[in-house]
Amino acid sequence: MKIIVLVKQVPDTEEERKLDLGSGVLDRGASERIIDEVNERALEVALLYKDSNKGTEVVALSMGPESVIQSLRKALSMGADSAMHVRDNALAGSDVSRTAAVLAAALRNTRFDLVVAGNESTDGRGGVVPAMIAEHLGLPHLTYLNSTEISDTGVSGVRAGEDGTLSVHAALPAVISVTERVAEARFPNFKGIMTAKKKLLEVISLSQLGFDPALARMSSSVVVSTSERPARTAGKTIVDEGTAGVELAEYLAAGHLI
Amino acid sequence: MSNILVLIELSNTGETRNTAPELLAVARRLGTPVAVVATSPVGSAGLAAKLGSYGAAQVYLVESAGVGTLLVAPQLEALAAAVEALDPAAVLVANSVEGRDVAARLSVRTGAGLIIDAVDLRSEGGRVLATHSVFGGAYTVESTVVGVLPIVTVRQGAIQDRAEAVTPSVTETSVSVQAANAAVIDAVIPAVASGRPALRGAATVVSGGRGLGSKADFILVEQLADVLGAAVGASRAAVDAGFVPQSSQVGQTGTTVSPQLYVALGISGAIQHRAGMQTAKTIVAINKDADAPIFDVADFGVVGDVFTVVPQLIEAIQALRQ
Ligand SMILES: Cc1cc2nc3c(=O)[nH]c(=O)nc-3n(C[C@H](O)[C@H](O)[C@H](O)COP(=O)(O)OP(=O)(O)OC[C@H]3O[C@@H](n4cnc5c(N)ncnc54)[C@H](O)[C@@H]3O)c2cc1C
Repeated sequence: MKIIVLVKQVPDTEEERKLDLGSGVLDRGASERIIDEVNERALEVALLYKDSNKGTEVVALSMGPESVIQSLRKALSMGADSAMHVRDNALAGSDVSRTAAVLAAALRNTRFDLVVAGNESTDGRGGVVPAMIAEHLGLPHLTYLNSTEISDTGVSGVRAGEDGTLSVHAALPAVISVTERVAEARFPNFKGIMTAKKKLLEVISLSQLGFDPALARMSSSVVVSTSERPARTAGKTIVDEGTAGVELAEYLAAGHLI
Repeated sequence: MSNILVLIELSNTGETRNTAPELLAVARRLGTPVAVVATSPVGSAGLAAKLGSYGAAQVYLVESAGVGTLLVAPQLEALAAAVEALDPAAVLVANSVEGRDVAARLSVRTGAGLIIDAVDLRSEGGRVLATHSVFGGAYTVESTVVGVLPIVTVRQGAIQDRAEAVTPSVTETSVSVQAANAAVIDAVIPAVASGRPALRGAATVVSGGRGLGSKADFILVEQLADVLGAAVGASRAAVDAGFVPQSSQVGQTGTTVSPQLYVALGISGAIQHRAGMQTAKTIVAINKDADAPIFDVADFGVVGDVFTVVPQLIEAIQALRQ
C-alpha cells in the first residue's frame, strides 16, 4: 500500500494573518509558516495504517515555495518515508484550479493506492482541491471524513454533512479528505528527527511533470479589490460582585436585545 | 438575459435544502435563474412549483438512478448536462460540503473558473463580481474570474433578499452516472433536531466553552439560549470534550456567525474562535479570568463564574419581561 498525503504550508492561525492590500494575496512575511494542522491529522491517518500494516509506504507531497521544505521535513520526522516538493517560480500566486492541476500531474507521475488530504486549508478555506484532483485523475473521492477505515482494497468513513452524516465507501485507488475530527497528530520523536535527515526529499519542477510553465502561469481568478475592516475594540468589563447577572440583563434590555 | 444555473440540493428526505431561496434570489440579480435538480426515478412531485415560488424561471429536472446511493456523482452529472444544454453565464452552488464537491469536479470537467465562498454577488460590465469575507471578516476581498465560465459557491445564509415567485417552465431529462469513479453511500445518519434555531443565520447565539466543565453542566448554555430564543454554539474545546456535536462549533474551522447578539460563556477567546464570531453586532462574555482575550472583543464583559452569573442573568431577564 502506498499512501500519498497532501501537505499545505499555511500561516500559523495563532497569529494575526495579513493580506497584502495591493494584490489581495497572502502576506507571507507577516506570520510564521507551518503545516496546516488538518494536514498533520491527514498524515496521522496514514501513519496509523502504516503502524499496523508492515510494508506500507507513506509519501508527503506539497506544492509551494522553498520554505515548504521545513514542513516536509516535519512530515518526514513524524514518520513519512519520503517527500515530494513541486517547486517552480512560475507557480507563485496559483489559484485552486492550477494547484489542483499541478498536484494531479505530480500524482500521475507516481504510483499510489490512496491520497489523503485535509478537508480545507485554514488560509484559503476553499475545500475543493481534493475533489478537483479526483476529477483530474478519474478517481472516486470521499471528502470531509470525520473518521476513516482503510483496508487492502478500499476506504470507508463517516462524512460530515449539512443535516447529518453519511457512511460512505469506495474502492482503491481513491482520494479522501479528512476533517479535524480524525485522530490528533503525533509529535516527532528524537529518532524521527534524526532519521528524517536521511530520507528522500525530491524537488520536482514543472517541466519534469511535463507541464508547460507558460500554461501554468495562467490562473483565471483575479482579485479586484481588498479592504481591511477596523479592528474591534473592547467595551465595558465589570467584575462580578454578586449582581453582574442583573447588570448584564439591564445592558441587554437597554440595547433591545431581550 | 443569460441563464444563471443554480444547483438545488435535496435533504435526506427529498426536501429542497434551505439554501434554495437565497441562491435563486442572487441568481435573479445576475440573469435568468434556472434551478437544476438531480432527482430519483421515484419522482419529484411539487418540486417545480416550490422552486418557482423561490423565483426559478426554469426548473431543469435531471433524473438519475444514483440519487441517494452514489456520492455527489448524480448532482455533478445533472449540472454538467445543464451547462452543456443551457450555455449559462454563471453557475451557483451553496458553499456546502456537497456544493463544493460538485463545483470542484465540474470546474475541472468544463475548464470553468471557481469563485469560492462568496458572501455577495453582482454583475458589472458582463463580469460576475464576488465579495468575500476573509480571515473571520478582517478583510473584504472582491474577486472575479477572467475568460472562463464562473462557478460560484455562495456562503450559506449570506444572501438576505428573496426573489419574487414565478411560474417556471419545466424541463425533464435524464443522465446515466458512471459508478466506477464515484463513492457509494451506505447509510444516512440524520442530525438530531434540537428545536432551537440553526446556528447559521441565527439572530442570537449563546456559546459555551471548556469552562462549562462537563456535558451535564453544558445545559446552562442551553437554558440561557432558550430564554433568549438563541442558537447554541460552542468552542472547539467544548466539541472535542463531547459536550456538543461538531455542528455547533463556531470559529476558524467551524461555522462563521454574524448575529445581533453573541454570548460567550466560559470561552477564552482564542484567535481561531474569534475568527468565527467577531463580526457579531454585540458581543457579551462571561469568564472568570480577567485576562481572557475574549474581553478584547466584548462590548460587555463580566469577570465572574458562569455558574453564578448565568442563573442570575436568566432570572433577571425573566423578571424584566414581566
Ligand atoms: C487550526 C486550528 C483551528 C481551530 N479552530 C477552532 C474553531 O473553529 N473554534 C474554536 O473555538 N477553536 C478553534 N481552535 C482551538 C482554539 O485554539 C482554542 O483551543 C479553543 O477555542 C479553546 O476553547 P475554549 O475557549 O472553550 O477553552 P479554553 O481556552 O480552555 O478556555 C476556557 C475558558 O473558560 C474559563 N472558565 C473556566 N471555568 C469557568 C467558569 N466556571 N466560569 C467562567 N469562566 C470559566 C477559563 O477562564 C478559560 O478562559 C482551533 C485551533 C487550531 C490550531
